[in-house]
Amino acid sequence: MDLDYSPDERSFRDHVRGWLHDHLPAAMRDKVVRYAPLDRDDLLGWHRILADQGWIAPSWPREWGGTGWSVVQRYIFEEECGYAGAPPLIPFGLAMCAPVLLEFGSDAQRRRFLPRIYRGDDIWCQGYSEPGSGSDLASLRTSAVRRGEHYVVNGQKTWTTIAHLADWTFCLVRTDAAIERKRDGISFLLIDMKTPGITVRPLPLMDGRHEVNEVFFDDVEVPLENRVHDEGKGWTVAKYLLGHERMNTARIGTSRRELGRLKAFAAEQRKNGKPLIEDPRFRDKLSRVEIELMALAITNLRFLDQLNGGRTPGAEVSLLKIKGTEIQQALTELMLEAGGPLAQVLGPVDGTMPDDDFLAALAPRYCNMRKTTIYAGSNEIQRNIIARHALGL
Amino acid sequence: MNLDPSEEQRLLAASIERFVERDYAFETRRRIVASPDGYSQDIWRTMSELGVLGLLLPNAYGGFGGGAMDAVSLMQAIGGALIVEPWLASVALGAQLVARGGSDEQQRRILPAVSEGRLKLAFAHAERPARYTLAHVATRARADAGGYVLSGVKRAVPHGAGADLLVVSTRTDGGDSDAEGLSLFVVERDAPGIALTALRMFDGTRAADIAFDEVRVSAQALIGAPDRALMLIEEVVDFATALICAEAVGAIKSANDATLAYLKTRKQFGVAIGSFQALQHRMVDMTIEYEQAKSIALLACSAVDTERDSAVRSRTVSAAKARIADACRKISQESIQLHGGMGMSDEVKVSHTFRRLTAIAQQFGDADHHLERFAALS
Repeated sequence: MDLDYSPDERSFRDHVRGWLHDHLPAAMRDKVVRYAPLDRDDLLGWHRILADQGWIAPSWPREWGGTGWSVVQRYIFEEECGYAGAPPLIPFGLAMCAPVLLEFGSDAQRRRFLPRIYRGDDIWCQGYSEPGSGSDLASLRTSAVRRGEHYVVNGQKTWTTIAHLADWTFCLVRTDAAIERKRDGISFLLIDMKTPGITVRPLPLMDGRHEVNEVFFDDVEVPLENRVHDEGKGWTVAKYLLGHERMNTARIGTSRRELGRLKAFAAEQRKNGKPLIEDPRFRDKLSRVEIELMALAITNLRFLDQLNGGRTPGAEVSLLKIKGTEIQQALTELMLEAGGPLAQVLGPVDGTMPDDDFLAALAPRYCNMRKTTIYAGSNEIQRNIIARHALGL
Repeated sequence: MNLDPSEEQRLLAASIERFVERDYAFETRRRIVASPDGYSQDIWRTMSELGVLGLLLPNAYGGFGGGAMDAVSLMQAIGGALIVEPWLASVALGAQLVARGGSDEQQRRILPAVSEGRLKLAFAHAERPARYTLAHVATRARADAGGYVLSGVKRAVPHGAGADLLVVSTRTDGGDSDAEGLSLFVVERDAPGIALTALRMFDGTRAADIAFDEVRVSAQALIGAPDRALMLIEEVVDFATALICAEAVGAIKSANDATLAYLKTRKQFGVAIGSFQALQHRMVDMTIEYEQAKSIALLACSAVDTERDSAVRSRTVSAAKARIADACRKISQESIQLHGGMGMSDEVKVSHTFRRLTAIAQQFGDADHHLERFAALS
């Protein structure tokens, strides 16, 4: 057994690292590492740089632009991007809609949407959660009724990330309300966000930023050709996607970068005249998170090794999500703690910039990262998955 | 032993409860936080009419002569309703420094006005590198022409912009972190040479950065003896720390109540999510946390009222604040998690309680700071 990368994998990593060093714009990186808000140009700008390089969709089949990388290479690439401070890629088109189209879409749908997703022509969002349907997704109520060549969609989605920037959404809708097993009446639709009858309302979060929305559908006409897979097969599509959604939730690279930032920050802060990083009490807490992250990196590699050997991802993926998000949260909590009493300041009342914008971003960042243990299948749901599917409880 | 509140304490608690119910709904609080001053004059007047502005002040100056134990119900209400008015800053910090260390003349001039709501105080103490060390003061006061001249920068002074008078800690002698050499002055907030930047804090309260550039004060502005202020500062900060522990208990109660109600009403998979044992046990742990937090907060409030040995008093306050800081973190995080996405929303109160609990965990020292102080005094 060898816990390190092979020589080939190491040289691949060095190649990616060198490329990122040369091509990740400093201004973008700076925004990411300082927790500044990212706008549409930041998000799509980085997407297009990767698309030009041919690296935007490594996992896709080669005919659609995939790189043909191994699972380990794909992981190395994502980890290096996170570590380098690259803006996160919007996953809804690339990593969610596209795999669905590749697995279940018609040829026409693939030809129509995949090149646009590849180039970053559209921003996609995910229409899953509803006010009454979060963890219990199958209870969703947004309805789609056939009328001629269209479905007429009515209902409400919520917690829809970046719906306010999105051009398209993929939605789970109920096409058969009468059917007894709730999950059998669900279909998967692609909806143009410019269609009349769609209203997007911002849902302010406690960090004060605009990230998620409510999306209302009022007699929205969606062509039948925009349905993916058969009518009533939406749940099959959604289940397939859940595995994809959780492939990269450990976020090892990002957490490694945050850990480095935390160490540097704690070295700048002073406690009783000495750098905070030398304070044993603080140092122990930081070390514990670092050690957990070291273990998780290997857990992640063990999991990748199984995937490389051809095994499909099982319930163990949930473990990566649980530990990965707990580590991300622990890092933001320690960062806030390191910031001390002045990290409570948001900024001047008159709206001018705070004199230390990094310090001022720590509390909102801490608030925002509470979402990670709730979204993409809450950590409680992940534990249920492990209990049921891995442990047979 | 008698754990029952006195008749006066009971009556006060009841009238505060009515006040919160009538005047401090969550939507009202939201409007107040968004307003230019960040607090409400009307609410402040009502608080004055309720008598809570004079609650801790000496009878001789129009107060009720109460202690921390008498303020427990008020602090719990402040925590429960997330009241942002500057009660702690003005009455429990600023005015306490005057009441415990000031001259008769200062007390006569300041305290009745505080109790009647005509005057608000703030304690300008924290500085950039101080972290939670009370003795770290680099702001200088130099004796000059029978008075003093103040220079330095105070950071994030709670409710500094809304105050009429500032109690300013300065160094009249020694190095930046020496225990000796600190002196307190009462300074008009509008005094020439003061530059003030009003700040928004992430828990919805207000503060101010205050720069003193050669600010002249008379010798009568000095509180107590020169160079000896640290003991008074520690006593009053201990007092205020015990009080925010009681505030935390109110906020914890509010977060727990909201979470319990959510568990009972939110349905997924056809049942209330509170029927899941995994969540039940977490709610039970939150309830236990509340009881322990309440006990240690009461212990601290009692200690600042009655303990004559300052080391024992400080040790008890640090025990409470260390424990409360842990409870604040646990309850705030769990209440959001159990609310799911809803807890992340700015529109629900529990996300605001989360922010206040997060702030309290660090205010007057985080868990590490107080664990160290507790150990050092043991």
